[in-house]
Amino acid sequence: MSPTAPQAVVDSTAAASSPREGAFGPARSLVCRECGTQRELGPFYACHECFGPLEIGYDFGTVTREQIEAGPHSIWRYRDLLPVPADIATIPNTDPGFTRLVKADTLARELGLRSLWVKDDSGNPTHSFKDRVVAVALAAARELGFTVLACPSTGNLANAVAAAAARAGMRGVVMIPDDLEQAKILASAVYGGSLVAVRGNYDDVNKLASEIAGEETDWAFVNVNVRPYYAEGSKTLGFEVAEQLGWRLPEQVVIPVASGSQLTKVDKSFGELATLGLVEETPYKIFGAQATGCSPVSAAFKDGHDVVRPVKPDTIAKSLAIGNPADGPYVLDVTRRTGGAVEDVSEDEIRDGITLLARTEGIFAETAGGVTVATLKKLLENGQLDPDAETVVFNTGDGLKTLDAISGRVGPTATIDATFDAFVAAGIA
Amino acid sequence: MTVSVRIPTILRTYTQDQSQVDADGATLAAVIDSLESSFPGIKSRVVDEQGALRRFVNIYVAEEDVRFSNGLDTPTPEGTQISIIPAVAGG
Repeated sequence: MSPTAPQAVVDSTAAASSPREGAFGPARSLVCRECGTQRELGPFYACHECFGPLEIGYDFGTVTREQIEAGPHSIWRYRDLLPVPADIATIPNTDPGFTRLVKADTLARELGLRSLWVKDDSGNPTHSFKDRVVAVALAAARELGFTVLACPSTGNLANAVAAAAARAGMRGVVMIPDDLEQAKILASAVYGGSLVAVRGNYDDVNKLASEIAGEETDWAFVNVNVRPYYAEGSKTLGFEVAEQLGWRLPEQVVIPVASGSQLTKVDKSFGELATLGLVEETPYKIFGAQATGCSPVSAAFKDGHDVVRPVKPDTIAKSLAIGNPADGPYVLDVTRRTGGAVEDVSEDEIRDGITLLARTEGIFAETAGGVTVATLKKLLENGQLDPDAETVVFNTGDGLKTLDAISGRVGPTATIDATFDAFVAAGIA
Repeated sequence: MTVSVRIPTILRTYTQDQSQVDADGATLAAVIDSLESSFPGIKSRVVDEQGALRRFVNIYVAEEDVRFSNGLDTPTPEGTQISIIPAVAGG
């Protein structure tokens, strides 16, 4: 590190007010994932020494299964493991989480798996896992005194931020690539606030948001200047899977990779549960899933690289279309450390994944879910996934948001006149 | 050649809290050297000991990520807008 490093760094992104006592629950500091430098909790996201990502450091008290099980049916049952105040469940928010874990026996049989579960996060308030991370980011934004909730988004996050801002009585500003699916645009705009369509891809929008975050000191960009808090929300996916399995860890997990944050936080959640004695410390493998049209992490994994080379995304899986993934290197670390892998699938395989999950389990996934199911299938076919190990696959969003992906593939079996003879003639019975 | 450089909050302690500064140079590497002479210490925050762009720093020259062009050798014509941005955002 340079000897000229400043002794005290004052980021102008800091909002005005000081947080109240207990504002961040068991969280104690921000810690650089790269160099270990620590700093106080605040609206900071990059290390002032090395630019590395800041993570929340905790001092967990005693947390028991009974405590958690007595909590609300939302992510707030895990509040003692998150950077949120003890009274978080009483403050208006979207109360996401505790979505269903579906035993997917039909899909398991079709793929040749012994035991398969689908963590179906389309059941969240705005129909994607993003409600989890936004709820934690909203809590931090409030405690830090921000007045505007904002984000750059591939769509699902825009929906979640717009809804959370409305619920919280804050101004919402969401920024999206201008070519997003219509459903995601409308399902953001309906909540009011400002919706800015940017001519460019997600990485362009993300760059712009980072620039704005440096100027608008009252704005909490959930995945920029309060990203350390936001990212912790993804841990609740791992907590729930473990609790819903009867307080144990699955042997294999397949998770979609956009920025890569979710995958790394599920890994973190399993580690915290084991450290706190809430589950037995059993081995698990984490697998990442990408669309071939945006597969910088998969490419780095297969090439044996530690560095993720950015790409220009071109895929129907727009919610995973991040060409320069912030947590890409850490996805490589986690998948390699646990004995997993990162794989990618074609556009047709994504569509097949959507229809396969719908046909076998009655779950209509968005394109990201199609990527994950198709990757599950491919990993089994190429022998990287153990068919005898208990496996969980994540569906992180609702298929109604990405109808274009399957239009032309499915539709009416027959169009007939309203007569019994016409019905018989159509051969449906 | 004079260019304009947008400075992220994390580096503004070096630039007396200026969010935008001028620098000189025909390439990005020369621009960074120019920044260093005006604001000592800033270069080592952006470039590592081997002289490569740090892993968690993105630099855009005329809105284009230099990792897609010629990295630190990317030309910086007169009047170019350059942005330095922490890479750990988004998702």
